[in-house]
Amino acid sequence: MSASGADHNLRGRTAVAGVGETTYYKRGQSTDPEFVLVVKAILAACEDAGINPREIDGFCSYSNDRNTPARLANALGLEELRYSNMQWGGGGGGAAAVVQNAASAVHAGSANVVVAYRGLAQGQFGRFGQGGRRPAVRGEFAYTLPYGVMSPAQMYAMRTTRLMWEHGIDRSTMRAVALAAYHHAQNNPRAVMYGRPLDAETYDSSRWITEPFRLYDCCLENDGGAAMIVTSAERAADLSDTPVLVLAAQQSGGHRSGAWVHNPTDYATSSFKLGAQHLYEQAGVTPGDVDVVQSYENFTGAVVMSLIEHGLCTYENANEVLTFENLRADGGSIPLNTSGGNLAECYMHGLGMQIEAVRQVRGDSTNQVPDVKVSLSNAGPMVEIASTAIYGTPEALG
Amino acid sequence: MSSLTEGTYLPEGLTQPAPMRDGMDAPYWEGTREHELRVQRCADCGTHQWGPDWVCHACQSLNVEWVTVEPRARIYSWQRVHHPVHPALAEHGPYIVVLVELPHADNLRMLGNLLGDPMQDIVIGSDVEAVFEDHDNGNPPYTLVHWQVTAS
Repeated sequence: MSASGADHNLRGRTAVAGVGETTYYKRGQSTDPEFVLVVKAILAACEDAGINPREIDGFCSYSNDRNTPARLANALGLEELRYSNMQWGGGGGGAAAVVQNAASAVHAGSANVVVAYRGLAQGQFGRFGQGGRRPAVRGEFAYTLPYGVMSPAQMYAMRTTRLMWEHGIDRSTMRAVALAAYHHAQNNPRAVMYGRPLDAETYDSSRWITEPFRLYDCCLENDGGAAMIVTSAERAADLSDTPVLVLAAQQSGGHRSGAWVHNPTDYATSSFKLGAQHLYEQAGVTPGDVDVVQSYENFTGAVVMSLIEHGLCTYENANEVLTFENLRADGGSIPLNTSGGNLAECYMHGLGMQIEAVRQVRGDSTNQVPDVKVSLSNAGPMVEIASTAIYGTPEALG
Repeated sequence: MSSLTEGTYLPEGLTQPAPMRDGMDAPYWEGTREHELRVQRCADCGTHQWGPDWVCHACQSLNVEWVTVEPRARIYSWQRVHHPVHPALAEHGPYIVVLVELPHADNLRMLGNLLGDPMQDIVIGSDVEAVFEDHDNGNPPYTLVHWQVTAS
């Protein structure tokens, strides 16, 4: 990193001062309206941070969140709204990008206290896992829906098939990802799958959704709200003895990664190959420095791609490295998805997995990995624009 | 090249396709009605392109044309769908979706169903040919393009 680059680098300049989550519900079971879920999550994050909600002066969200900054500012009684930002792209690819956007705003002086948030009440607004019911479809989906390709699982299964074929990746890697998530959820009372363990036999005998994905390879669908408070590192240090610094946050898309009808130049990818390089350079760490990983599971096959593309294993050794034992918080070499993630905690569109990465740095995860200094959390593998953040302790700055 | 002689691969009732309102992909849909497979090719650099766009992704030329290509391809990836996500598919059972690449058109990829036994073994790299499935009662009428493994 050059001296001039260091001046502009986000590394360690901002921090996550507080996190908040509502109760996580099975899809359709929230008794609160979606907007109330978001307000509750933001208030919880403010309380966690120890700041007055009226200090918020910026909002960042993603995936066309329905709960707008203007409406939230009204509800929270903000005197001044200085910054609002919507991350483009569907799916959960923006879950780490919102941290990047919030941190960039704070670092640039555009705002002082920015909340990154996401609310979902699928019971009130329709489900992800069901196809379109319109009479006619135009544009990209005209080339997929009539062939029975309309749900996220159907849109992304063929990337995983191709990955397995190109690189000899074994199904056992996907099973290990699912087993680790459910294992961790059994210690996490927030998790929708708390008290509902999964064993290998149940995974193996579960029904196909679309080959190569079985039921347990697919994320949940949930209702809930989640929020993170991003502010300057200095302010965070005043608020807490254990500030969680944003070491890096990057978006990642490759050549024609949004090309229609499955035509990205590089197909069997999680979209992280390029962004991961910038990420580690920005953070000043290497994959070997990462103590714990939250890797967004829309589908388990995408996690395998993501771990490889973040340099945490290789195409060649993935079958040996990605085992249930290695992915456990209690003694594994790559502790993975320690809250239960999108498979077993809650599909909060990945923001819950950013929050879990923060918890690991604070030391208050329900599946705490010892002595965490560097904590990585990615978002939205395989979508056109994915993102990753790295959080760390002040020691991680070296 | 052939056309589906009886019925449709998937049940009626799925969302039907229609050309974009700005006209960008009308030549594709018109071509399928004539049982021709049309894709884009840049008039300046010659690169074939799919999906359609107003701009050549290879050289950024706006001079993008439509050409008819040989309706043959090879299987690039696949999925066998078991879980129905649309009411029209509720009682249907598994079906196969293939992503195919066209080696004679810069390896562009197209998506369709693979005809035949839905439980057949699927081999990446297999040669396939297009099969046109007419929906004359659509509004507007339309034709889908499926694939079937070429007899060896």
